[in-house]
Amino acid sequence: MTLMRDRTLLIIFSLFVLAAPLIFAPTGAAYPDLLQRFAIYGIFAIGFNILFGLTGYLSFGHAAFLGVGSYSAVWMFKLLSMNILPALLLSVVLAGLFSLLIGYVSLRRSGIYFSILTLALAQMSYNLAYSVLTPLTNGETGLQLRLDDPRILDAAGAEGSLPSTNLFGLEMKEVFWNPTIFGYDLQFNWGYYVSAVMLILSFWISIRIFRSPFGLMLRAIKTNQTRLNYTGVNSRPYTLAAFVISGMFAGLAGGLLASMDPLAGAERMQWTVGGEVVLMVVLGGMGTLIGPMLGAVFIKYFENIFSKINDTVLHGWFAFMPDWLDNFFVAIVSPFVGKGWSLTLGALFMIVVIFLPGGLVDGARRIGRKLTGADKRAAKVGIK
Amino acid sequence: MGILEVQNVNKRFGGLQALNNVNLDVAEGSVHALIGPNGAGKSTFLNCLIGKLKPDTGSVLFDGTPVLGKKPHEINQLGVARVFQTPEIFADLTVFENVMIPCFAHRDGAFKVNAFARVMRDKEIRQQAEDILEDMGMKEKMGAHSGALSRGDKRRLEMAMCLVQEPKLLLLDEPTAGMARADTNNTIDLLKHIGETRNITKVIIEHDMHVVFSLATTISVLAQGAIIAEGLPDEIKGHPKVREAYLGEAEV
Amino acid sequence: MDAILLQILNGIDKGSAYALIALGLTLIFGTLGVVNFAHGALFMLGAFVAVTVGKVLDISKITIDPSKVDFLGNPAKIRTPYVTDWFGDFGFWMIEWSVLVSVIVAIPVMILIGIIMERGLIKHFYNRPHADQILVTFGLAIVLQEIIKALYGANPIPQSAPDLLKGSVDFGVWVGMAENAVIYPLWRLVYFLFSMLLIGGVFAFLRFTTFGMVVRAGMADRETVGLLGINIDKRFTIMFGVAAAVAGLAGVMYTPINPPNYHMGMDFLVLSFVVVVVGGMGSLPGAVLAGFLLGILESFASMPLIKDTIAAIGLPSIDQIIIYLIAVIVLLVRPRGLMGKAGMMED
Repeated sequence: MTLMRDRTLLIIFSLFVLAAPLIFAPTGAAYPDLLQRFAIYGIFAIGFNILFGLTGYLSFGHAAFLGVGSYSAVWMFKLLSMNILPALLLSVVLAGLFSLLIGYVSLRRSGIYFSILTLALAQMSYNLAYSVLTPLTNGETGLQLRLDDPRILDAAGAEGSLPSTNLFGLEMKEVFWNPTIFGYDLQFNWGYYVSAVMLILSFWISIRIFRSPFGLMLRAIKTNQTRLNYTGVNSRPYTLAAFVISGMFAGLAGGLLASMDPLAGAERMQWTVGGEVVLMVVLGGMGTLIGPMLGAVFIKYFENIFSKINDTVLHGWFAFMPDWLDNFFVAIVSPFVGKGWSLTLGALFMIVVIFLPGGLVDGARRIGRKLTGADKRAAKVGIK
Repeated sequence: MGILEVQNVNKRFGGLQALNNVNLDVAEGSVHALIGPNGAGKSTFLNCLIGKLKPDTGSVLFDGTPVLGKKPHEINQLGVARVFQTPEIFADLTVFENVMIPCFAHRDGAFKVNAFARVMRDKEIRQQAEDILEDMGMKEKMGAHSGALSRGDKRRLEMAMCLVQEPKLLLLDEPTAGMARADTNNTIDLLKHIGETRNITKVIIEHDMHVVFSLATTISVLAQGAIIAEGLPDEIKGHPKVREAYLGEAEV
Repeated sequence: MDAILLQILNGIDKGSAYALIALGLTLIFGTLGVVNFAHGALFMLGAFVAVTVGKVLDISKITIDPSKVDFLGNPAKIRTPYVTDWFGDFGFWMIEWSVLVSVIVAIPVMILIGIIMERGLIKHFYNRPHADQILVTFGLAIVLQEIIKALYGANPIPQSAPDLLKGSVDFGVWVGMAENAVIYPLWRLVYFLFSMLLIGGVFAFLRFTTFGMVVRAGMADRETVGLLGINIDKRFTIMFGVAAAVAGLAGVMYTPINPPNYHMGMDFLVLSFVVVVVGGMGSLPGAVLAGFLLGILESFASMPLIKDTIAAIGLPSIDQIIIYLIAVIVLLVRPRGLMGKAGMMED
């Protein structure tokens, strides 16, 4: 029964997420900052998948909602309180409103026209943040906390230092437990666990949407929008709803980013950031439940690893070879590592789109099928 | 006063008068065929009926309600279902999912955010979907990937999707286009079966005279944008103007 | 009046670039039905052809001249570019006019790049959904950009125009205005004329040659053309090469105006697409017209008079977003764009 499968999936997912500091310890990726990024970009990708994965509408503009989420959160930190709860609420609401506006305009058209419109509007939002709405966004420098911020709801803080973001007293940057398990030094950090809970919640919401009539209509939009219209369903509000939902997820992600590190800059709204979330969803497997999360973790993880590899490390790898061969290989591999991560990402992306459009999930399925014998049943109901 | 009343519809494309003062009155419960040689304007006419094209003048009344300018989904919600030349289905979804969608549309209307309901738990919809598939003889294929179906099965599926909404009017756009004789006969049988079990008015645009004369209760003939003849099948068979318009084009 | 003329002139250099890129985009979309997000990268590659040619021409040998002394008191090093060594005066001419040399080099290079792109990648995506085309060409654009960044570094590399065409002209005098009313850089004028020539060439090619006629027919109805026994594929490949060359040449000639850097492709891409959609997708004259209009519009929006007026109500730097606003308004009011075909109904 699909319901059992979903419940099991949710439980396994939650366990993985909650035990992440332990699971990632052997790979050296278990420090709070990176784990937070896994969770937050996972939320961003899961939300984006609801639009792109289900309806097929490709928006390049979702970075704008990420940015709005961050700016809103920081404003809350300045005006009201360092407690992240009101900040996150404002992030989601404002991002939702903004995506309603942008979505309404962009959805006047469909297909490529829609994508180009989102691109243009994203670029415009970036320029708005960078140059035009500078009283709100502080332009180039970005929005930061200051000692003289009102923070109406907070008690007076310690003199001379900026207060930290917290959830009712639990500080986001605090490591509340630092045990050594299996010889690894683990850091359990509030910031990560707040993000993790949000992530599990987001995943649960996406499961419910996928299994709902609403989700069914979204998938119908992707496969044959015209037929859907002739069947009596008005596809436009469905797409707009998906757009806004994904915008709110993006806002939540932006708010969380600011909660971990209270500053907001315009560069978060560049359309290339919007491009990155597209990469995550496609790489992981668009339209699947677990794909976006896989893609987010994959990209953030390898981004982290690759950027640490420099020539010295490479020479270390190829040390066993004669010098000339060593240098040759270093020369070939070098552009792809270190600062060359974007190049690797672009190339990887092309390979996935050309050869494995279903992403990692599809790849895993194919390997699974080869291992367990060809799947002869043509009937498949439920998860794609 | 028929279920579909078309009055003085005109449509011009640049220098070409595609539809010239077309009037059509479709009686409830009838099978009304619209025939005519190539280029007569049949597709243009159909597109005006379902909201894809806007005629320059004229009115279209469905069950008394003006239909021009309405969006496709609004027209469907009024009770008009359409079958396309090439079967239009949701190819990525399973057969069962294909049929559930019109069920939802019929019950819940054009838009409803029910994001937390569960498709799997909606017994009413699932029963409706199962029933129509059984009626169409497709129940065993319920879980199949609809994109992989044969053309004939896709046609059945499309028909099931239309019928489950209990439409008052069914518009069929060349349902047997490109079909071999066996498939054509299957389609005729299918349409007859529907006629026996349900009271649906059908408007069929067709080229294949065998289909037309097997099913139609009334025939209208469109040539060069105008109706040149209308009446019972027997009247049309021997009509001099009809022969003239077709001269060598009919597959009789 | 002179301020207005100056702004119009200011807008036509960027407008020319937009028009040329949008022209290529529309050609590719109209003939191949492919959305090419890597088109901006072609513009960038053209610019870097110019950079490369400049570098190659500059490869010099270094000789020590003991008779001269540099400011540190060491014997002076004389750099002599090889081309001057081999070709004498002609070599000097080549260095001086490196932009022109780049144009000549860029034509076959860009056509080749275009053909490789089409045969190697694009043709596999003809029947895939537009979203896939956007994704793969987007990936390609990133890869190309990063390769250039790896090879040439992250900093802009200034290129100069030939001495003869540097400097400014008193444009105002030509149209009967007072002296020194409207001064305009000469090279930008050259760029405008060059792009008009290029655009004219493409249109003439499409209209007056058999090849062009076949391509236009293919744009209107690809299937029929194929059924007529004409090998449309080869022609489309060449068309892609031509579109790539147009974008590349636009990039080459643009180098004296704006120092080439690795992300100039992406910078121009967004607006080029906006231009295409505003002009009317699938309309070549629309793309060109919209390109110039938006360039001029961008220029007007940055006019101090307008900018300050709007800044006074609390919105500084309105020029940054005015294009997008106008584009959005156009698309809302007239969905098919300025010159798009009517009846391309989008829901």
